[in-house]
Amino acid sequence: MGDNVAVTASRLEVVPENPEVELLWWQGCPSTDEARRMLRAALDRSGLSAVVIRTVEVRTDEQARELRFRGSPTIRIDGTDVVELAGGDDPSAGEPAALTCRLYRRRDGRISPTPDPHDVRVAIELSAEARRLSEEVA
Amino acid sequence: MTLTVGDVAPSVSLPDTDGSSWTIPDGDQTAATVVAFTCNHCPYAIAWHERILDAARDYAGRGVRVLLINSNDAHRFPRDSYQAMRERVARERWAVPYLWDETQEAARAFGAKTTPDLFVLDRDGVLRYRGAPDADHHDPSQRAAWLRQALDAVLAGGLPDPSETKPVGCSIKWKP
Repeated sequence: MGDNVAVTASRLEVVPENPEVELLWWQGCPSTDEARRMLRAALDRSGLSAVVIRTVEVRTDEQARELRFRGSPTIRIDGTDVVELAGGDDPSAGEPAALTCRLYRRRDGRISPTPDPHDVRVAIELSAEARRLSEEVA
Repeated sequence: MTLTVGDVAPSVSLPDTDGSSWTIPDGDQTAATVVAFTCNHCPYAIAWHERILDAARDYAGRGVRVLLINSNDAHRFPRDSYQAMRERVARERWAVPYLWDETQEAARAFGAKTTPDLFVLDRDGVLRYRGAPDADHHDPSQRAAWLRQALDAVLAGGLPDPSETKPVGCSIKWKP
């Protein structure tokens, strides 16, 4: 009984029911609403409509450094950036943390103030897949 | 200060990436002048950049002068430094001057808010259009339609419609 409880508790600790989805934003960049809509659509499409998007307003340079914030918007799933998760090209890689608009590159090569919707969907799906695998292993 | 449509544009003089000085207004030498506040690091400015350059090329033969201005605080945003401007112009072989507003006085005088933020002046230096290049930074097929409409109207001696749109982009990075 005790072992079962421990296993269950371990599962809960390692694999929460839903991913933690964060949208970090800065008020000086007008792309937040577009990013939120894109993220919501991607979550809905992946059957994760119940997931709450945690929005974090980054207000100061110090806060930007603490959060490793390379610009607005930044979307993270379980703490990992969606572009990194999706294996996309990240033109902001290596940029210092700052209160600015973030550079993204769409899959067709265009520079954009928001991530490629494909990258967001792929990141969510990969995250969900990793979660399923973790549950199976546990 | 915010310049409004119908106002005479302020007089400013700024250096380009070669050190040559450019003045606004330039008397009656040009039929129209486009003053575009932009920068190196902003995704909106980059997304619209080629469309603005295409318009500059298309209207150059009709007496239209296009001036791009970077007013951002280069201390906080090194990618917008004068050196970075020079390197970008050389790398991308710009056909228009890229002016350095080190003191940010030009941005303040025009009331520029974002990158990009466009101001179209007629032959007399009167502001006839202010705002975004077109309706969608994501869509290159828009071809800076609002800018082109404004230039067509000004060159025909008329008034643009729309004469004002909301500038969309990164905020100008003011010095503390």
